[in-house]
Order: sequence, then C-alpha cells, then structure tokens
Amino acid sequence: MWLKDSSVGRKFVMALSGTALLLFLLFHGCMNLALVFSEEAYNAICRFLGANWYAVIGSLGIAFLVVVHICYGLYLTIQNRAARGNDRYEVRAKKEGVTWESENMLVLGLIILGFLCLHLYNFWFKMQFAELTGIETGSFDPQNGAAYVKELFTTPVWGQVYCVLYLLWFVVLWLHLKHGVGSAMTSMGLNNLKWQKRVEVISTVVATIALIPFTIVVLYYFGMGIGMLC
Amino acid sequence: MDSYIDIKVRVWRQAGPKAQGHFETYELKHVFQGASFLEMIDILNEQLVAEHKDPVTYDHDCREGICGMCSMYVNGHPHGPDSAITTCQLHMRKFKDSETITVEPWRSRAFPVIKDLMVDRGAYDKIMQAGGFVSVNTGGVPDANAIPIPKPVADEAMDAASCIGCGACAAACKNGSAMLFVAAKVSQLALLPQGKIEAAARAKAMVAKMDELGFGNCTNTGACAAECPKSVSLANIARLNREFLKAKFKD
Repeated sequence: MWLKDSSVGRKFVMALSGTALLLFLLFHGCMNLALVFSEEAYNAICRFLGANWYAVIGSLGIAFLVVVHICYGLYLTIQNRAARGNDRYEVRAKKEGVTWESENMLVLGLIILGFLCLHLYNFWFKMQFAELTGIETGSFDPQNGAAYVKELFTTPVWGQVYCVLYLLWFVVLWLHLKHGVGSAMTSMGLNNLKWQKRVEVISTVVATIALIPFTIVVLYYFGMGIGMLC
Repeated sequence: MDSYIDIKVRVWRQAGPKAQGHFETYELKHVFQGASFLEMIDILNEQLVAEHKDPVTYDHDCREGICGMCSMYVNGHPHGPDSAITTCQLHMRKFKDSETITVEPWRSRAFPVIKDLMVDRGAYDKIMQAGGFVSVNTGGVPDANAIPIPKPVADEAMDAASCIGCGACAAACKNGSAMLFVAAKVSQLALLPQGKIEAAARAKAMVAKMDELGFGNCTNTGACAAECPKSVSLANIARLNREFLKAKFKD
C-alpha cells in the first residue's frame, strides 16, 4: 500500500490527517467563541452535540485521525533518525531560513498530546463521556458546558494558572500549525515557485486564525477570574 | 586584502568503511587566503606526506563547481559557510586567523564513508538509473523549434537541471532525505514535453528507489535548499509530490 510504504505517501497521510484536525480545530474554536457572547448559546451547542449519534461518530472520527497522525509521526521520526545514520555531525550550524519549529515538530506534537489528555479529562470526560455512560464525573450537568468552563478558568488562583497553561499550550499549537499547514500543502503538492512565499504566509495566517477564538475565550475568563478576585 | 593565516584543521579520519573514525587536529601555518579550501587540504596533505603520515582522502574533480564531487561538511555546513557554492569554490578568506576548522564527511545511512572524507554516493546513481532519463529512439535530429516550450518553463527546467548530484541536500537534512535531489531530477524532465510522457512512471520508480536505499522522509524544513550549492528550489519538492500523487491516484 503506497500510503504506508512510500515516503511521499506517508507524508500525504500526515498532511491529510493534519488538515482534517485543523478543520476540527476551526469548528471547535467557533463553538467556543459562543461563550463570550452567551453562555446559553454555548450550552445549546453542547446539547445539540452532546451524546447524539452524529456527535459520537464525529468524535470517533477525530480520535481515529489523532491516532493516525501520531502513529505516522512516530513512524516517520523513527525512519528519519535511522536514515541519518549512526554517526552524528560534530558541528551543526544553523541553516538559513530553517525555522526551529520545523525541526521540532515531534516535540511540539508530544507537548500538545500531553496537554490534550489534561484537556480531555477536564472537559470531554465530564461532558460527553458523562452523558454517554450516565456516570457522574463532574459537579454539574453534563450538558452545562459553560459551568465547567467557568469553574476551570475562574476559580481563584487555580483558574488563573489554568488560563496561563492554556495560553502556553496555544503557543505550542501555533508553532506546530505554523510549520504544519505549509508543510502539508507542499506534501500534497500544492506549492510552486510563485506560491512559495505565499504558502509561508498562508501557513502563519491560518495558524493564527485557528487560535484566535480560543485565545479570546481564555482571556475573557481570565479577566472574569481576576474581576472576581478583586 | 587576502593575507596569510595560521589555522587548525580538525579532520575526520576513518581508515575504512568498517573502521572506527575519530577527529585529528592538524596545524597549518602561513596559509594564503586566496587559496581554495581544497588547495588548503592539498597543502595539508603535502605536509602529512612530508611527515610520512597518511594523507587525508577526499573526493574532488573539476574544481570549478560543476562536477559535484567535493563533499565536505565544513564547520557545520555542507560545502562550507558560504552560500550557493561547492567546497572547491570556497576560499580561505572565509576563515579567520587562528581559527579551528572542523571538516566532516557527509553523514547519512545511504552515504557510507569509504575513507576519511570520501563517501559512497552510488545511491544517487541508482536513483537516476531507476528513472531519471527519457527513453529516446534514435533517428534524425528533430528541429529545435519543432516543440515550442515557453521560456519560464524552460528556465525552471534548466534551474532544476543545474543539480550536480553532490549529496549536500541529504547531508544537510536532519532526516537524511534525498527529496531535493530526486525532485530536481524529476522536475527537469516533468516540465518539458519530451519528459512528460514518462513522468508518472519516473516519479514512482525514483521515489521507490529512494525509499529502498534508506533515505529519510521529507519534513519540509528547507535545510536542503538553504545548503544546495546550485540553489535548487524547494518548489521542486512540491512538484515531485504532485507528480507522485497524481501517478498513484491514476493507478
């Protein structure tokens, strides 16, 4: 199977799964933005998705994509390290135009994954999981998503720590996307001499757009938390 | 103005493919900055021969930047700390007095060291043999203008064809990937009408050979193009991906 056995095929899978996850991220960000305007609107979205069959299928699809993206990432890294050979260079100079994030995608990815586990525990486990199984995992109704968000981000001190942690997580994610989007386009063959610079710009812009809604929501609750402290 | 400098050269010495290599430091006095890097190595070797020591083995041929033989990793850069040149075009004026210069061979699983700084780059030849050509039935020479080719296309094909197959791309790549080389070789033909006919088969065969020979997977960091002595563009990699994916989807 060429998607597994050829280097270009493997990169194509990486690019495709990454792009799909980016689309999910955009979708996720737009839904979160509702929180800033109206908690009821956000809870309506929570109810609409919740444990309905389409939301469950969607979640499974996303989980599958995450697994594919991680497995391929690890597989590619193992192969790449082997291809480098046993002897490493003694002196390694900075190569012009090579960004730090492009050389550390695995590290960035692992940080994202680690924090994702915490994120899933804080929200998915208490919302969709609780609704699916009927087990009480949090202090609120599983469909009252806004209450969970508020609890996590505004509880004095810990809420603010969480806000900062999330913002750091967004920086890591932004770096990952900043290289990932452009790299995915090239891996899918969507680049040429004329578009090279543009693809770089598109990559940065898309990464930024994807993270703006999330950042707004966290900053909003950070402000609210500080307001409650004063 | 070029003057004379005293330098220390730290060279990778390895007796054979299986031998354990190590660095050896040599002092060179009064080296003219107008000398090329390879001339400096020649001076070093003369000194070593005079001392009845084994001279440093290294690849070189044309000494004018077109053959792609000289393959040294100088101070962390393939072909040294200057851009768009080969090692033979690197001059000692790029180095300072009393500087220590570290010289290493290409390090990549697909380029095993033969001796000292000389590596076996046969892998690139094997990739070329897998499909880097146009099958032509000989006959009368066709008129040069029989097939019109737009100038920008001809230019891009020519730029891709400037690849000298030196191996700096795979040497510079953190993944040991040969994508820029394969991309240049696929592009120079895929862009032209004569090469388009076999484009799909070529892309598949050359990528398959590249993978088989143990080169890594491209992660689009761009180190290859930054270090390429011929400034072959990363855009070629996108074209290779496109040609390969097109060929596979057609299957």
